[in-house]
Amino acid sequence: MEVMNETATLTNKDKFLSHFDLVDFSMDEDFSSDVRKEAMELIQWLDFPTSKAEYWKYTRVNKIIKGDYKISTPENEIEIDLSVPTKNCIVLINGYFSEELSFFDKTEGIEFSSLSHAKKSSSILKEKFNSLVKKDEIFADINTAYHQDGAFMHIAKNVQSDEPYYILNLVDDSNIMSNPRNFIFVEQGANAKAVLKTINTGNTGSFTNMVSEIFVDKNAHFEINKIQDEAEDSFQIATEQVVQADDSTFKINTFTLNGSIVRNNLNIDSLGKNTMTYLNGLYPLKGKQHVDNHTYLLHREPNGESHELYKGIIGDSSTGVFNGKVFVHREAQKTNAFQSNANIVMTDTATINSKPELEIYADDVKCSHGSTTGQLDEEALFYLRARGLSKDSARAVLVNAFASDVIDQIGVEAVKVEIEKYIDDNYQGIK
Amino acid sequence: MIKIKNLHASIDGTEILTGINLEVKAGEVHAIMGPNGSGKSTLANVLAGRDEYEVTEGSVDFLGEDLLDMDPEDRSRAGLFLAFQYPVEIPGVSNINFLKTAINEAREKRGEEPMSAKDFLKRVKEKSKLVELDGRLANRSVNEGFSGGEKKRNEIFQMAMLDPKLSVLDETDSGLDIDALRTVANGVNQLKTKDNASIIITHYQRLLDYIVPDFVHVLYNGKIVKTGPKELALELEERGYDWIIKDLEKVSA
Ligand SMILES: Nc1ncnc2c1ncn2[C@@H]1O[C@H](COP(=O)(O)OP(=O)(O)O)[C@@H](O)[C@H]1O
Ligand SMILES: [Mg+2]
Repeated sequence: MEVMNETATLTNKDKFLSHFDLVDFSMDEDFSSDVRKEAMELIQWLDFPTSKAEYWKYTRVNKIIKGDYKISTPENEIEIDLSVPTKNCIVLINGYFSEELSFFDKTEGIEFSSLSHAKKSSSILKEKFNSLVKKDEIFADINTAYHQDGAFMHIAKNVQSDEPYYILNLVDDSNIMSNPRNFIFVEQGANAKAVLKTINTGNTGSFTNMVSEIFVDKNAHFEINKIQDEAEDSFQIATEQVVQADDSTFKINTFTLNGSIVRNNLNIDSLGKNTMTYLNGLYPLKGKQHVDNHTYLLHREPNGESHELYKGIIGDSSTGVFNGKVFVHREAQKTNAFQSNANIVMTDTATINSKPELEIYADDVKCSHGSTTGQLDEEALFYLRARGLSKDSARAVLVNAFASDVIDQIGVEAVKVEIEKYIDDNYQGIK
Repeated sequence: MIKIKNLHASIDGTEILTGINLEVKAGEVHAIMGPNGSGKSTLANVLAGRDEYEVTEGSVDFLGEDLLDMDPEDRSRAGLFLAFQYPVEIPGVSNINFLKTAINEAREKRGEEPMSAKDFLKRVKEKSKLVELDGRLANRSVNEGFSGGEKKRNEIFQMAMLDPKLSVLDETDSGLDIDALRTVANGVNQLKTKDNASIIITHYQRLLDYIVPDFVHVLYNGKIVKTGPKELALELEERGYDWIIKDLEKVSA
């Protein structure tokens, strides 16, 4: 630890990193502790982004990095009724694995465990761990260097599973900083679904910095549903690093329901031939929420197809940011990339920043993007009211309709029900 | 049923309705005709409660209540129905789901139990048959991708579902071919009882071959300038509106 000095920028980073002084890394293996050390090295050379950095233009991280956090210790005593609609659930509390709350239904060909358990036994983890994560992103490096635990999922070749695998990330105290780290590998021809959910227990001022590495091998199919329900004045930065091999399908549905500042970095940065990628998001915002969805799709090989559908319902004084970058490599002929970002602005004080970025170096491609921002359709509202729907119901019906094509993308019934209910509950009775 | 007295309404400061007087009793059918831009749709929308229009003078009594004081949904629940001239498309909103919500909210307001799913479906079946609305359309998003004729049938289907006391049909006939016109008219006639009433706004008298009005009114420049029996419609068809306008000018000159 350095002595505190007057240079504000230096102090911020050092102060932030000092939170990790007491983290216990005793569960590490040699390979993973090497990875940590390497990341700690990198962090020395990096700084927190300012709004001058294009990649962070609309999201200030000051509030996040100035938080007064504590790192929790592994703990298993917690009274909570999770009632998760699955037979397989990994529960993380404040970043640590909870043996007590997690449960599994042992299935042939599916490994589902804590990351720390897998560090001891999985050869694929040893081989691929941290191979996808961008080295120049300070928050990702912080996670690599200081992660506590996370989920490990490995689906063997040709295994077909329709059961949703839940990863629950719970913060049960205020001012907790946690760095959950997940690793998912779906082998050739396999098919699986997961739900990654952050649960709000009413704590305040916490920061979750989560990183997930996801490998979708040849002809494999994987869907992940991400539900972010952080506490109201807590922060989250979530990074998913995905790689897709030939003929594979990957789908991610991101639902940001709560949290003061939430930033999603979604990087699908290597796509094989004939890949299919779906990136969907729904962000119904209220209060002073600030939600920033950054997606990056790199089509490297021919015949890839990607569909992005992000929808925001921007209420009160909240801000929604969408930045969708699609990069089509010279080799990636016959790429079809479609992107759409639609927002309903509910008040005069709500803000939207929507920015598509297409960089195309192949000539035989179909790419499109559309961005719309508007209010609820007054004509439709009147039509519904003239049929006897109250103003509130009519608004709720229209908000539901707006959200419905994103919700229709959900392949896990329980998640669909949960999101529909959230929209119903939250858009009845608003002005 | 409804008593409209000296109704004036304007939009963005321009007066469009310039003093309408009209009384419709239970069991009656009134036709309102008039050239384009005379204010027919404005009248329909003001009655339904569209708030872009500002009522500057006059009163409307609907079943003993001050209609102008009610929200659009309360007007509907009290038994007023407007078949829109241009029904809006609402993607993602299921036609029958929203009707179910509408019906059950109205029942709740009256302190009644919600309609059972079974009864509701039975009613959907029965009423869609009445207007020959394809069952699949009833299940689709409101008016989305419907042809002009399908939209109009859907309006009458909704009217049948909601069973209003007073229906205002705004040019429900325009854009319909003769078969569709007959079907729609047939639907309206079957729904007619001695306890309800309707105001049929139309351009052409051909609809009135099928729905026989008790009175025909001519709306011109935001006022009813002539009222007559059903034969007036035929006369208008033959001679147009000019003679009425000329008569008016003579009077005011
Ligand atoms: N929303 C509006 N904004 C401005 N003017 C309008 C609006 N609606 C109607 N008007 C005007 O009011 C007059 C009457 O229109 P409308 O009631 O639609 O006539 P009709 O249905 O008899 O053809 C027309 O001059 C029209 O231009
Ligand atoms: Mg009109």
